Amino acid sequence: MAGYAPVVLHGLWVTIAICAASTLLGLAAGLAVELTRQHVRSLRVLCRVYVEGLRGAPILILLFLLYYAAPGLGLVLDPETAGVIGLGLYNGAYFAEIFRAGFESIPKGQVEAASSLGLSPLRILTRVKLPQMPALILPPAVNQVIILIKDSAVLSIITVPELTKETSKIINETFAIAEPLLVLALLYWALVEGVSQLGLKSERRLTRYLKRTEEGTRCS
Amino acid sequence: MDLGLIIGSLPALARGAAMTLFVSLTAIALGLVLGMLLSFARMSENRWLSAAARFYISALRGIPILVLLLMVFYLLPAVGLEAPPLVAAIAALTLNTAAFQAEIYRGGFAVIPPGQIEAARVLGLGETRIKTRILIPQVIWLVTPALVNEIIVLLKNSSLVSVIAVTELMRVSQQLVSKTYKPTEVYLAACLLYVLMNLCLSALGSRLRRRIGGASAGGRP
Repeated sequence: MAGYAPVVLHGLWVTIAICAASTLLGLAAGLAVELTRQHVRSLRVLCRVYVEGLRGAPILILLFLLYYAAPGLGLVLDPETAGVIGLGLYNGAYFAEIFRAGFESIPKGQVEAASSLGLSPLRILTRVKLPQMPALILPPAVNQVIILIKDSAVLSIITVPELTKETSKIINETFAIAEPLLVLALLYWALVEGVSQLGLKSERRLTRYLKRTEEGTRCS
Repeated sequence: MDLGLIIGSLPALARGAAMTLFVSLTAIALGLVLGMLLSFARMSENRWLSAAARFYISALRGIPILVLLLMVFYLLPAVGLEAPPLVAAIAALTLNTAAFQAEIYRGGFAVIPPGQIEAARVLGLGETRIKTRILIPQVIWLVTPALVNEIIVLLKNSSLVSVIAVTELMRVSQQLVSKTYKPTEVYLAACLLYVLMNLCLSALGSRLRRRIGGASAGGRP
């Protein structure tokens, strides 16, 4: 069984790489959708269709559409690309809602103060709103990344050589069932726990300034 | 786009959707019982029981549902339990949702004022009766919005049981594709059916949320 360690490690690496890429794509798509529906009134309906549609569909069917149906429309994707696009866009719908909550939690007074100081809307966005975003969205975003990691197991069905796929290959070759599945479950659990610990740590880091300003006001 | 094909395959897809609903609702109902027991175990004063429940909840929330499904499907026969795919599917979904529901109920129990339990004790009600007559009815009502959310998540997750050959919506559409070679039409139709079911559920959820008035309990985001 130990001889299969490199196979499992390779699968783990693919899973991590795919999750990282999908998270980046998802964050970008989510932010783009949220900014579009804030500023472009005419595209609001389209954004709504995107968010409601993708949140209402299982990830598996989206992957099938991308991998099996898209070639019929002239779009041929290899499994990894289809997987990253599918996972990324699917989670983009959730990230859009997370960004919305983030923007909503910025006090109105800040925006009013900035615009009365003569800052343009673009500068208010890039200098006032966006810099606060990481601290505001971190807890729900980490939660979403955890869901994304677990959903990435589904990519094995469209033959992406990630952790679950590589492990099922071992099962098929060795006919050992219990050990590979147990290792698989433990690896996912460890991955998820690791990300959630990392999230807690960076949450403490990112919100440190809040505590500092509190102390600052108390001193003055 | 072949609209005739979509219309022709609707009866089969509808049968698949009915199976999807059956699997999901059965798992939710069984998960309700198991989740409630787990949340009581988690809040129990017995340290071992509480630790065991915490371990279960943490582990089951950390394992992808596809992996859990494979474990149930392959490991049950290995220990001598021959389970048909449908049973394995419902078992796996139940084990998963129970862990998430346990956290939902814990959030619900935390909202109930402790004064109610003290008052019930003073009136001489036993601990079991306090649970079944006072706590559980209120908690179920309080957490309905979160529970509807959980049904949506579970309904989407139920598409994975197609992997072990349960003929629900996903599996039916795969079968249709292998017969007709028209993946675009069939998968789009199936996708729309899923979205439709979930839009109905989320409309129900927001109605309930308005009636209950923002009593929010934990659960999946």
